[in-house]
Amino acid sequence: MSVVLNAGEIARALKRISHEILEKNHGSSEVLLLGIPTRGAFLSARIAREINEIENTSIPVGTLDITMYRDDLRMRPPRTLLPTEIPSCGIDDKHVVLIDDVFYSGRTIRAALDALNEIGRPRSVQLAVLIDRGHRELPIRADFVGKNIPTSKEESVRVHLSEIDNEDAVTIEGRGKE
Amino acid sequence: MRHLLSINDLSMTEAIEILDTATELSRLSEGAVKKFPTLRGRTVVNLFFEDSTRTRISFEAAAKRLSADVINFSAKGSSLSKGESLKDTALTLQAMGADAVVIRHGASGAPHQLARQQWMTGSVINAGDGTHEHPTQALLDAFTIRRHLAQGSGDLQGLRIGIVGDVLHSRVARSNVLLLQKLGAKVVLIAPPTLLPVGVEEWGAEVSYSLDSEIDNVNAIMMLRVQRERMDDLYFPSEREYSRNFGLNLERINAMKSDAIVMHPGPMNRGLEISADGADSPRSVIVEQVANGVSVRMAVLYLLLSGSKPELSSTLEVGV
Repeated sequence: MSVVLNAGEIARALKRISHEILEKNHGSSEVLLLGIPTRGAFLSARIAREINEIENTSIPVGTLDITMYRDDLRMRPPRTLLPTEIPSCGIDDKHVVLIDDVFYSGRTIRAALDALNEIGRPRSVQLAVLIDRGHRELPIRADFVGKNIPTSKEESVRVHLSEIDNEDAVTIEGRGKE
Repeated sequence: MRHLLSINDLSMTEAIEILDTATELSRLSEGAVKKFPTLRGRTVVNLFFEDSTRTRISFEAAAKRLSADVINFSAKGSSLSKGESLKDTALTLQAMGADAVVIRHGASGAPHQLARQQWMTGSVINAGDGTHEHPTQALLDAFTIRRHLAQGSGDLQGLRIGIVGDVLHSRVARSNVLLLQKLGAKVVLIAPPTLLPVGVEEWGAEVSYSLDSEIDNVNAIMMLRVQRERMDDLYFPSEREYSRNFGLNLERINAMKSDAIVMHPGPMNRGLEISADGADSPRSVIVEQVANGVSVRMAVLYLLLSGSKPELSSTLEVGV
């Protein structure tokens, strides 16, 4: 197991992503953050805190569970549903920023786009991820990336967040030689 | 979990998982999302050998909100009334590709038969069999109690639930006793001795013959329908006397704890086990139970059907 991001690096990456979100959207008005549970939800709360501090505002933030929209439901045992909280302002005409921890095949994000489709019609949908590990299976890309980490499919990338894992770190497991 | 035949099949963890899933689904259905694509292409058959309105409609609504295809198969006006055996019906449903069969049958154990005999690969969901069990009703009742009295999460530790009336003929009562106790609640059965089944002391619930002595000591009261269609004998002297001793009226509701709720699985006999003003009182959550039923059945269908599908065992002779 090797650590590819430590706590300080995660904090700096999230701070940079927060600035980039503000830059791309010309401020925080009409921007809404939706974290994909479990860890994407914690990341979105952290990014919201950063943005609120920078802009002295209170950005709407929610969570979006994509379990019901997965394309692999038939291949695995049933999954527990995680909470979906859409801010009361709704997503219509907003710039929705989806936030997830690890960006891999792209299937989670495809499911998230389907879920958003049921809820409303955003002005735009953007994607922020802490780690992009490659191996896309769908034509989907991220707008904001904490760190690109080239991996092989045999490896597994784990994001640990202090909210549930007692520490902040990103690790890679199963790498051939260390 | 492949079938839902009896509350006994569920561990406490599985029961709580169903309730948690239902909580999430009901929050979503109240707000943003009305329909999920989750079970698209799956077929749910409602196989009803006994009359039912709310259970069948509830399962139908639940399946449709998950985008499953629903086929309603009721005994009246079908080959079932021509004397087709359960086996032949099952083989027919298998050939049509049913992924789940929701079965209501007058004979206790019919859903077990359907599930155990391996006539079909689909999941079997017991929607009421004879006087045996009605697990989804118990789940929706537990869901309703949890929402009102346990802040919508966790188990039901520390609650005391009264179940009143025709326990003898009630599959709802049996499933509820099993489930509520599994979730940590205490149950007291309140009924005249003639309407309690033999061996009720083995259910683990308290038994009382007086509603008035228990009414101020329960967090929820569940009124059972007097099932006249199953009564082959005289179980109480008169309806007036039953109503006077075991009917829920406004006076008794006012004697309940201030946050206690009134429940009824429906259909109600207004004026017999519950008075009209009792059924319509602000304490009554009877209409909400119906709405919760859809969420709970969605959770059950999701948990049974969204996973991978087992193969028919090779030793089986089907489709001859």
